[in-house]
Parts: sequence; C-alpha cells; structure tokens
Amino acid sequence: MSDGIGARVKRREDKRFITGKGKYTDDIRMDNQAYAAFVRSPHASARVTNIDASAALAMEGVVAVHTGPEMKEDGIGDIITGWAITSKDGSPMTCGVWNPMVTEFARYVGDAIAIVIADTQDLARIAAEAVEVTYEELPACVNPADALKDGAPQVHGNVPGNLIFDWEVGDEAAADEGLAKATHVTEIDLINNRLSPNAIEPRSAVAIFDDAEDHYTLYSTSQNPHVARLVLSAFYNVAPEHKLRVIAPDVGGGFGSKIYIYPEEIACLWASMKTKRSVKWTAQRTESFMTDAHARDHVTKARMGFDADGKITGFKIDTIANIGAYVSLFATATPTYLYGTLASGVYDIPGIYCNVKAVHTNTAPVDAYRGAGRPEATYMIERLIEMSARQLGMDPAELRRKNFIREFPYQTPVILQYDSGDFDACLDKAQALADVAGFPARKAEAAARGKLRGIGYSTFIEACGIAPSAAVGSLGSAVGLWESAEVRVNPVGTIEILTGCHSHGQGHETTFCQLAAEKFGVPIDNVKLVHGDTDAVQFGMGTYGSRSGPVGMSAVMKALEKVEAKVKKIAAHQLEASEDDIVIEGGEVSVAGTDKKMAWHEVGLAAYIAHNLPEGMEPGLKEGSFFDPVNFSFPSGCFICEVEVDPDTGETEIVQFVSADDFGVIINPMIVEGQVHGGVTQGIGQALTECVVYDESGQLVTGSYMDYTMPRADNVPSFKVEHSSTPSPTNPLGIKGCGEAGAIGSPPAVINAITDAIGTDNLQMPATPQAVWMALQSAQTSMAAE
Amino acid sequence: MHAAKYHKPASVADAVAALSGAEDGKVLAGGQTLLPTMKQHLAAPSDLVDIRGIDGMSGVSASDGVITIGAATTHAEVAASSAVQEHIPALACLAAGIGDPAVRHMGTIGGSLANNDPAADYPAAVLGLGATVVTNAREISPEDFFEGMFATALDDDEIITAIRFPAPQASGYAKFRNPASRYAMTGVFVAQTGDGVRVAVTGAGDDGVFRHDGLEAALGADFSAGACDGVEISADGLLSDIHASAEYRANLIRQMAKRAVSGAT
Repeated sequence: MSDGIGARVKRREDKRFITGKGKYTDDIRMDNQAYAAFVRSPHASARVTNIDASAALAMEGVVAVHTGPEMKEDGIGDIITGWAITSKDGSPMTCGVWNPMVTEFARYVGDAIAIVIADTQDLARIAAEAVEVTYEELPACVNPADALKDGAPQVHGNVPGNLIFDWEVGDEAAADEGLAKATHVTEIDLINNRLSPNAIEPRSAVAIFDDAEDHYTLYSTSQNPHVARLVLSAFYNVAPEHKLRVIAPDVGGGFGSKIYIYPEEIACLWASMKTKRSVKWTAQRTESFMTDAHARDHVTKARMGFDADGKITGFKIDTIANIGAYVSLFATATPTYLYGTLASGVYDIPGIYCNVKAVHTNTAPVDAYRGAGRPEATYMIERLIEMSARQLGMDPAELRRKNFIREFPYQTPVILQYDSGDFDACLDKAQALADVAGFPARKAEAAARGKLRGIGYSTFIEACGIAPSAAVGSLGSAVGLWESAEVRVNPVGTIEILTGCHSHGQGHETTFCQLAAEKFGVPIDNVKLVHGDTDAVQFGMGTYGSRSGPVGMSAVMKALEKVEAKVKKIAAHQLEASEDDIVIEGGEVSVAGTDKKMAWHEVGLAAYIAHNLPEGMEPGLKEGSFFDPVNFSFPSGCFICEVEVDPDTGETEIVQFVSADDFGVIINPMIVEGQVHGGVTQGIGQALTECVVYDESGQLVTGSYMDYTMPRADNVPSFKVEHSSTPSPTNPLGIKGCGEAGAIGSPPAVINAITDAIGTDNLQMPATPQAVWMALQSAQTSMAAE
Repeated sequence: MHAAKYHKPASVADAVAALSGAEDGKVLAGGQTLLPTMKQHLAAPSDLVDIRGIDGMSGVSASDGVITIGAATTHAEVAASSAVQEHIPALACLAAGIGDPAVRHMGTIGGSLANNDPAADYPAAVLGLGATVVTNAREISPEDFFEGMFATALDDDEIITAIRFPAPQASGYAKFRNPASRYAMTGVFVAQTGDGVRVAVTGAGDDGVFRHDGLEAALGADFSAGACDGVEISADGLLSDIHASAEYRANLIRQMAKRAVSGAT
C-alpha cells in the first residue's frame, strides 16, 4: 500500500507550519489574559536579603508581584529529579534543593527571584526591572574541573565538595589488566563543550485557573504533557491530576529541553490561582539561553590499550560531569546510564571501567539534549580510535574492523546488551559513498589550492527507547518507560490514533498514521493522530530519547492488532466465514478465496450499530495498548566527513559528509533522512561552532546569537544519507529510533577529519577558526622545536 | 520596549529642533541597531527623530571623481548604485556584505557611521578612502570623526547629512566574519589614492577603526598581496574576546589585507 511502512509520504503537518497556521502556546489568548515576567538573579551566587516590589506594584496595570518564600508558604513543592544514582560506595546521591523561585540563595545567573504579573507583556517586563532586589554577593563555582578542588565555593550547603555522586560502571580490575598488558596505550584529555538547545520556539506557558470549577489548564511547550501533569500534581502540589489539564499544542522544537517542568510553568499556574487571571509567559531569547537546560559539559581523561595486533585490551574513563546549580529531571541519568553504559561503542573490549563524578556549579542546570550522554561517549571512543590508528600507523577503518562486535545479542561489560547490528555493512556502505579510494587525489588537488584536506570516521552505536520499565526502575528511574496508544475506528471507518508521544518537529502526524495505512490498507487521509492533550489521550511518557518509533509506534501497532482481531471477528460473523479466512487489505475485508467481502467502513458501522455482532461481543471498535519493550534498541552507523581547512585563517569547510545508518525498519525514509540531516547539523554545530561560555564570575557571555554560534546553512554541506538495516528484535516493528543518531555520531567524524587535515590531535570542540588556527600554530611551533 | 515619541521632520532644521527639544532624543536613520537595543531595554530614548523623510537625505551622486552618498541611503541602495559600482566597486561590494537582506534594506550609511560600532564595515571604507563626513553644521575628516568605540566627533543634535568619497585608483575590502554575529571580526579596506595607499582596519582595534601604518608603507612600495607578508602586525591594542584573541586578530589583519589587495579593482 502506497501510504504504508516504507512510503515517502509527505509531511501532513507541514501545510499549517509553512503557511504560518501552526498554533503554538504563545498564540493562545484568553479573555482575561495577563502576562508574566520574571525577576532574575544577575549574580551567579548571592543571598537575597530583601525584595522591594513597591515601585513595580505602583505602576498602573501591574497586577501582582510574588516571590519564592510566598510560593513555599503556599505549599508549592520543590523541583524533583527523576533518576536516583547510587555512588560506587553504595551511598545515595546528594543534591541541592531546587525551589522553583529563590527562597534565600540565588545559584546561577537567571535563577528566578519573583514573578511579575501585568496587563501587557511590555509592562510586565518593565515592572520586573523596577523590582528592587538586595543581594549579598557570594563567591561562585563555575568551572566543573574546579568544583571538586579544596576550597571551591560550595553551591549548596548540603552537598559537601559539590559532589552529587561518584558513580562507576564496568570492571576496574579487568580494565587495569587490559591496559597493563597493552603494547600501546592512547591517552586523551577531552572537554565535551557545553551547549544550549536553541529550539526555534522559546519556552512558553499559558496558565488558566477556573475559579468556578476549581480547575487548572496549562498550555505548555512540553515534549511530555502527561508527565508534566503528573509532576505538577504529585510533587508541586498545584492541583490534583483530575483538576489539571495540560495541553502541548504545536511545539517548535524541543531536543530534550522541553522534557522538563521548569520553574516558570509552576509559577504561572500558581500565579493564575493567586491573581484569578490567565497568566502567559513566553521566554525572550536571552532567557532561553540563561534558563533552558544546557547540555554536555564533561571533562574527561581516558586511556585505551591495544595489543600488537591492534586489538583493544582495556579502556578506562574518568569524567567530571557538570550538572549545574540544580539537578534537573534527567540530569543524573545522562552522564551515567546513557554515557558510561555506551563505553564499549561498536567494539569488543574485554575490560572497561568508567568513573563519573557529577558536580554542582553556579551555572544553569544541565540535562539531556539530543543524544544525551551518547554523544559524549561516542566522541570519546571515536576520537580515541582514530588517534590510536594514527599512533599505531594503521588505517582507521581497518583498526575499527579489527575490533568490531559481530555476534548478537552482545553483552557489553557495561550493562547493556546490544540487540542487533552489522557494523561492517555500515562502514562498507559509507566508504563506498564517500569514495574513500579517491581521497588522496582530492587531498592533492586541495593542496594545490593551498587548502588542507582531511577525512574522519565515526562508527557509532547508541541506545534508544530506554526500557523495560522494571530494568530502568532498578537502575534508579522514578518512572516507567513504556508508551500507550489507543486506536479508535469511527462508525464511518475513519481512524483516530491516540498516543502519549508528542510531536514537536518529528512528523508523527504522518508516520504514526502510516501504521494504520499499512495495517488496514486505508488511505492515510482517513487517519488522524491525536496527541498532546491530557484530556484527549489516556496517558503517555512523551517524546525523547528517540523513543516514539520503537516504543510509541509499537504501542500503536499492538492496538492496531487488537482492532484487527475484532474486525476479523465481526467480518467472519457477518460474512459467515471463519476468522482465519478473513483478509484485510486495500480498504476491504474479505473472505480469502471467495468474492465475499465488506468495505472497511461497513465493518466500522456494523461495530457501532451493533445489530448483528457475534454473541457476547461489546459494541464499538476501539482498542488500547500499553507497550513496554524488552530492551533498548540500538541504532548504529558510520559517518565519514571530509573537510578543507584554510591554514591562513583556520576556517573549516565541510566539503563532504556521508552517513550510512542502521535504524532497523524505517517507516518513512524521507522523514528519517530529515532527522539525520537535522541531527548531523546539530552535531556539526557542536563540533565547529557552539559553546556556552560563562566568565569566571559566572556571568553568561553567550547570552544571545551575537555570541552563541548556531550553525548556519553555510556551515553544512549537502548530505549523502543511506541506510543499512538489521531490524531490532526488541519491538514488533523492528524499529531502532532515528532522532538522535545524527547528533551522536557526527562530532567525532568532523573533528577526526580536521585533525587529519591539520596533522595534530591537539584540538578541542568547538573547532572554531581561531581554535584550528591556534592548533596549527602550536603544531608548527612544536615541529620547529623538534 | 519603553514608549518613545516619534517624529518625522521634513527638513534638517526641523530634525535638529526636534532633537534639541527632546529630553533624550535619538536620530532614527534605519534603526537596525537602535531598535533591537530598545527592545532589549538597553536604550530608552524619550524621542525618536526619523530623518528618512528629509529631502536630499538619500541617494547617490557622482561628480568630478567624488561620490556623494546621502546619510539615509540604505546599504542595499549603495550596493546597487551604478555610480558606486563604477567608481568605487569595493564600496558597493562592502555594502552588499553588511548583515542580511532585511538589514541592508533598512540600515543606512549615516546610521552606521553615527553609531560607529567597532565591528561595522562602513568605518573602514570611510577611513580607508579618506571620505568626508558632512553634517548639518560642518565637514569632518575621517581622522577626526572616529573617536573610538561607539564614539564620534558628532555633537549633540548634530546630524550627518552625507558622506563624500573621493574615487580611488583602486580599492578592495575583505572581512572575516564573526562566526556568531557575522559582523566583521576583522575587516581591512585598502585603497590606492592620489596621496598613496591607505589601509583601514575595522573589527579588530580596541579603540575602533584605525589605519595601519606598516601595511600602508609596504603596500605603498609594492601594491601586492605578498607585500603584506613581511609587515609586522602587532597584537597590541587589538580586541580579544571569546571568538578571537588579539593574536588571532593580528593574523586576520594580514590575511584580510592580502585578500583585499588581491581583490582590489
């Protein structure tokens, strides 16, 4: 069927997006609309000694100013973390308390001090500037590498030495043994640069308190409205769940940053109740830079040992992970179970040990962002492998092949069990696509133009659709990670699919509906996806971690199968045939080998009219499913990047980027390719341009696009994307998840290409023109000295 | 943004009167810096005096080897001007490379010069070509006009009306863009004039646009890209920020000077 699995169906949601008809949170306008602005700490660390709102309150049109202590007094809860980590000594992690608004200490630039409600947005912002806050400035701890040092300023009184946890995974003795017997050990010091997520739509909330019904509605830029409702209800005490509706309408990008329930949404709901007004807040871009959860920010030392044949013997990793001022929802899972557990990469390594110390600093909270932990792991492994090939004088592809895992399932030494893969196939495909054989000629031609041309690989694996719930629970997760679906066949035969996943750019309104088209052969125009509203959809965990395909779509498939079974029963009854002989295809339900058939819509009608159903059958045609996978799924792939560096300026041009991904079964190749393009572009951003910079006092230097370098169209080439498929055995569709792979695999491919071009491995991300030029200068200086 | 009173005077005299009568008046020439600054509450002028409706404030004319550009002429108009393209192609090229199309169709040459952003492009052309800044009150040489970052010789209530560029024998402009903002992280304008070679550097100096004596001397002797190689370019007095250290900017001055010379026409 043309609209089913594997079809390049055009994105059905795009008409409204590209014609400006999308309906985003900021587009919601209520009759009694008021606007919020936040007073924010200008200091990275300070005690708030006084808040004087009299000048703001005196302005005409200012409705109210409320502060953290008032919020606390009203019983609004502190912000929770969703994953408890146990340190290697068995002790539970220790984190600082996160009051939604400051009660005494401000701990990063942007920490919310007070909410100002006014009749207009401009007035709220002007009034917020008129709130006089008296601060007693305190020393700030900014750099994660300094956070553990003696005498470092303490971010929270209850977290000694700023150490949240000291976690380990793997077998230290085995790793030590492997390194001891190695004939070559490659060492690397890496900084995984801190990133800002930069969704094109800033965070926004419209909080509506209905005094008559004692009911709240929150429109929110959320990737997971049900989780938001659960947390707002159970932990922040805003309202019981049945009196709180959360709607995430069109959402303009999330990348993880909109998973979390931030102070602003809580404060708007609370302020709506206090003021009896609908309260809208939309972040300004600088607020987004200040307060959206940042990403990455690791400092790592790692050593990889090899025997004389180039076989990896041992791998040892020490990482300091910056969590920021407060522990955000999944902040602790990211540098542990999504990082250390991926340390085996695509390689068969006998001994691995990874130690991660997570620290508080006086910076914005750091949490999961496209890839979340897996990019950090991949960057470390893939730079080490490439450096090792250079140091061993081996071809980087051959060194990889020598160590590839080839039997599945494969139990790594770091918890995870890989489900399937064919790493040789991806590497072969990428090498052919990249014309690796022709590289020397291209390099020579570039040299004639005065350019340094380099080639870099990344062969990566990642883990999507974190599951099953019981397993993640045993590792510390506070929630289960299943997904739910409901399929409603209407009396006229049209189909509505309800999912707990949320689409904020992924194209779910197209791909999820392709499943029904596949299953029943109905035109996709007769299928609709319903999502993003807690009143409409049963429940769900939302969209992140590339889970909507492997977990969300699998739930849909299970519900479709239940519908299929009932349809067959009804048709068998009405057509007087055996259920086993009923065939559903092309929008018809027929008896195999006969001309007896019903149109699809006739079965729907029969189910609802209920005049002639099998004995004991309930009327209607609606089925639900909760799907909990048996394991993660493990997408893998190979990226090959080719760059040209201008030695005069250090400027890098990516002249070719090829990808050969294994996403298992692909529902819509066009959308998957788009996901790869976007993910790779974000990875190129991390590799070449992006970095959040705080100065020594904790001031955010990169608070706007004047200083935070987003990748632009001219930073990226035209991508060559291909696929190589080994279906995942962990879900009924064989899907592996494709949302994050691009961002996970690409940074090392880019940096490996640049370091190949410039002849030195002494380079950290982002490889800005200045950084590359300086690396070239120091390489020339050290060569001259030798 | 904060409210401001908007004026659209029909004459320079009315504009000056509006400015002098205002508590904290600002000229609005294109607004491409001023308006974003106001939106961010970093500026809150009491009055905005829009000079774009004043007769004779915009447009390009050429006579006797001098190109005169009205202060309210947009970057797009300068870039598209046949007179500029014919007599000073490097200036047309510079204007075509400012910001993005939206900025180029609103931003004006007078507004850019009055703001004197240390990373703006026009100051390099004005200083590199030895252009004269004409105001309602006087004519100012570029050496006198630019007084450091965001500082000019303009008095309160003084309005730039036009800029007069003497056409050079040849000129070229090359800039290395700031990776984030795409402003000039270092821009070099070179010109062969009747009085010798002039080299003006924008984006790099910690006191705004400046002339580079060493490059001028070397290029005066040999107007070729290779002549830039032997020149000592000090990092002293250059800007240093997260995107470029003073040392890196010193390198960019050399590289951009070479590109400007290579491309000079």
